Amino acid sequence: MVLFPHRHLLGIKGLTQADITFLLDKADEAVKISRQREKKTSTLRGLTQINLFFEASTRTQSSFELAGKRLGADVMNMSVGNSSVKKGETLIDTAMTLNAMRPDVLVIRHSSGGAAALLAQKVSCSVVNAGDGQHEHPTQALLDALTIRRALGSLSGITVAICGDVLHSRVARSNIILLNAMGARVRVVAPPTLLPSGIRDMSVEVYHDMKEGLKNADVVMMLRLQRERMSGSFVPSVREYFHYYGLDAEKLKAAKEGALVMHPGPMNRGVEIASEIADGPQSVIERQVEMGVAVRMAVMEALLLSNNNGERA
Amino acid sequence: MSGITILKNARIIDPSRHVDEIGTIVIKDGVIAEAGASALNQGAPEGATVKDCTGLIATPGLVDARVHVGEPGAEHRETIASAARAAAAGGVTSFIMMPDTDPVIDDIALVEFVRKTARDTAIVNVYPAAAMTKGLGGVEMTEFGLLSEAGAVAFDNGRKALSDSLVLRRAMSYARELGVVISLSPRDKYLGNGAMNEGLLASWLGLSGIPKEAEIIPLERDLRIAGLTGGKYHAALISVPESAEAVQVARKRGAKVTCGVSINNLTLNENDIGEYRTFFKLSPPLRTEDDRMAMVDALNRGEIDIIVSAHDPQDVDTKRLPFPEAEEGAVGLETMLSAALRLHHAGHVSLMRLIDAMSTRPAQIFGLDAGTLKAGAKADVTLIDLDQPWTVARDALTSRSKNTPFEDALFSGRAVATYVAGVCVYTAG
Repeated sequence: MVLFPHRHLLGIKGLTQADITFLLDKADEAVKISRQREKKTSTLRGLTQINLFFEASTRTQSSFELAGKRLGADVMNMSVGNSSVKKGETLIDTAMTLNAMRPDVLVIRHSSGGAAALLAQKVSCSVVNAGDGQHEHPTQALLDALTIRRALGSLSGITVAICGDVLHSRVARSNIILLNAMGARVRVVAPPTLLPSGIRDMSVEVYHDMKEGLKNADVVMMLRLQRERMSGSFVPSVREYFHYYGLDAEKLKAAKEGALVMHPGPMNRGVEIASEIADGPQSVIERQVEMGVAVRMAVMEALLLSNNNGERA
Repeated sequence: MSGITILKNARIIDPSRHVDEIGTIVIKDGVIAEAGASALNQGAPEGATVKDCTGLIATPGLVDARVHVGEPGAEHRETIASAARAAAAGGVTSFIMMPDTDPVIDDIALVEFVRKTARDTAIVNVYPAAAMTKGLGGVEMTEFGLLSEAGAVAFDNGRKALSDSLVLRRAMSYARELGVVISLSPRDKYLGNGAMNEGLLASWLGLSGIPKEAEIIPLERDLRIAGLTGGKYHAALISVPESAEAVQVARKRGAKVTCGVSINNLTLNENDIGEYRTFFKLSPPLRTEDDRMAMVDALNRGEIDIIVSAHDPQDVDTKRLPFPEAEEGAVGLETMLSAALRLHHAGHVSLMRLIDAMSTRPAQIFGLDAGTLKAGAKADVTLIDLDQPWTVARDALTSRSKNTPFEDALFSGRAVATYVAGVCVYTAG
């Protein structure tokens, strides 16, 4: 029986509630492994994982690397800085070259939406989307879900307020899909310039006022605001943005008592979140990082073992 | 071409004379001698080539007013000769070639180069449009007078948006006296800086959107300037009904304006993009199904004057990329007619209007010797089998580039023979 009937993880879209629950349950197991002294298993021994990162990322890349290593896979990192991509080679050519080296899984991050899907059409191994432009970042949504489920017990019926630059956020898109699939209520809170067109039809409640949007929320999920979008192009200034949309103690009071504070990182302290909140008792930001490794272990195991179930199960 | 060719028993549809009847076309020395039910009642003369066209439609050769070619500069995508072969296969006997080549067609020598290359290598009529501004830079106007004398049939800024309204005003004033057409594809380069139609679909795909307003705003400006100067203006590619309406309103104000729509915007919509299919990344972008239907209605009412293929050959290196990075454009010379026939089969647009929009009307707008089967006209004729089923196979396309949005599409109807100046340049099968 195939427990996870997918060859690739390109997005949360396309996953059923059962798929998501399966991955989260598996990730719960992986958390235990990561908390042992002996962290290395032989689950994916002999398999090769290539991390292909066209966009700089320290945390996601290390998280995928560690996840692969903990499962016993051989992990290779490839980042744009030292590849031939700068010499004009296309994404597909790079991918085909790597594919010829017969990896079992390609983890890709790229600045363009659809890059992971494009790759998946051309290569013969599994592809995991580690973030494609403004489209999706499925492992981030899964790790957020795992963090919430472990803290609150369930995703069903809870209210999550996603705040900040929803327009440019792949994290927001993946989370909106996942949380809706799991029966949570999703709100978005942002100035109109940072919301995509048609947002009201994306199964969310839309707020432009932080306190209203946070009212009775179980989870407050902050998004990163890219530096180049802070001064005049999307919002007038950092000062004004923080004043209206930065999460500080005052605004957090509007949320349910003890509401979880989350952030996918890296944070801009004093822009979207005050330091005292980021480091405060309600923050689960570091916990999210820990869950990240577990979720990525779960994803790779699910993809690779269901692919090879004849030989390896 | 000397000699006599007779196409008999054809259903002749000639919008230039409002003719739709079974009859005969007599071609003598490359020119139409007669075309209609009463032609050749005395029987065929000795030595004539006679073709029985029973069951076929004969129309004036199709005219495609917007074709990008890669020559000079990107011959690996398309040469003038290969575009002409693709045109013939699609029933197109004349096309207007856009000036955004490398180098840009902004000089008499280049117009002459295109005409000479076309004369020597192309099997259909190729008319150059010259750049409206030098190097398409949007700053200095080109030599409209000398370029038209050399054979340029329109002045166009190609894929480039024209930002400076003062440049446009002067160009249109100057062009008015010469009677030449300024043709632009309205797109605001700031507001229009996106990858696909703005809306829910783009939002889910995480792609930046191009709102309708990115077309409507510069179009309204252009129409106002056309009114102000009295020059002839052609909105080459519009994609939303509000644009068709704006053109209509300007016409009522007395401006000499016309407009065109790409066959893609009449037969496809944004949902065809699916999961980032770059062959559907077009300019103007594919819009919603409601927009498409409204554009079909506007075409039907004659508010949209012409249909173009917007043929834009792109190679693997510009299309096999992530969606935001891929180039816009699709080939279309070979599929325009068949795609347009979908509108006929669906009962949305009459054959007369379709042929008018793909032959008679563009010939009138750009002053080409085409678009009619009246006696004395050049014998450019397209024979169409209205119901012949065929499937678009990418590798079977004549065009050097294969970026068709109609890959594997099933069509009913196609050109089965194409005549240019009385010479058969293409037969199907």
